[in-house]
Amino acid sequence: MSDHGHAHDHKGHGDHGHGDHADHPSYEKTYGILLVLLLVSIAGPEIGIKWVTLVTAFGIAIVKAYLVASRFMHLNIEKRIVSYLLLAAVAFLFLFFAGVSPDVMKHRGNNWENMAAQDEVDRATTEAHNAPAAHH
Amino acid sequence: MRPIATTRSATGIPTGRLAVWWVIASEIVIFGGLLASYLMHRLGHPEFAGPDFAGATTTWIGATNTFVLLTSSLFAVKAHDAAQKGNGPRAANFLWCTFGGGAMFLCIKAMEWTQEISHGYVITKNAFWSFYYVAAGIHASHVIGGMVIMAILSSDVRNNRELQRVELIGNYWHFVDLIWIFLFPLLYIAK
Repeated sequence: MSDHGHAHDHKGHGDHGHGDHADHPSYEKTYGILLVLLLVSIAGPEIGIKWVTLVTAFGIAIVKAYLVASRFMHLNIEKRIVSYLLLAAVAFLFLFFAGVSPDVMKHRGNNWENMAAQDEVDRATTEAHNAPAAHH
Repeated sequence: MRPIATTRSATGIPTGRLAVWWVIASEIVIFGGLLASYLMHRLGHPEFAGPDFAGATTTWIGATNTFVLLTSSLFAVKAHDAAQKGNGPRAANFLWCTFGGGAMFLCIKAMEWTQEISHGYVITKNAFWSFYYVAAGIHASHVIGGMVIMAILSSDVRNNRELQRVELIGNYWHFVDLIWIFLFPLLYIAK
């Protein structure tokens, strides 16, 4: 039985399928990139253009997630089966969204109407227009 | 004498690391389901962007928490790097730095929630705030769980025992950071 306390047992970038640790991107550099992206994602929505907000807030979130997953979690040198496992979970997520979202996001269909949801949207929108500005 | 599960591997991946990936895959479904549900409701209820909803969250507090978690993730990967090189004490120190990041995140979160609750933005205020407190609350509970594990591991790691566990808790911690990377724009920016 191997002693897991010894360093060489898990110097295993070998068991990531990758033997050379020297050319790994700098963690500090990756951290710097993440901080810059964070600043851009905060500043972008201030411009007030919807597509810019979508790209900077959500697009950058995807880029940041990729950087953390590949460089910090070392998913880019991990065995492929792990990526397949994670992608399978994401696929189930999309399946859930595809199956449920029409009933939630739409308030009427061919043979149905969600009057409670529509009334709530109307009520909250009217209240927002009539209310004084929030103290945040 | 070690249990067979720690030495047998069908995939070639050490069993501990594979187990953490399984946990992460299941967490993708949990948090992903929660965030997908929020997204559906948000897209079906445009009033969620209003002043009594997402408009009342404080972007700079969320941004500060994002910075704190990103920094703690850096410490976690530095701990892994130290463990890879067999330097247990250095790895343990970085683990405690990561722990500190988690503690700072929770303090900021506590102050933020105190402020919001005092202004009447409670979990039953409306659907947005229900999502907000549930999503951020479940995330915070994962932060607490990670901190507890790091504290437990640190004594073994400091004595150069079970160094492979630094990578395992590091992967878990990076995933907790990843969740926040998606929570931040959904709850704090999209308004």
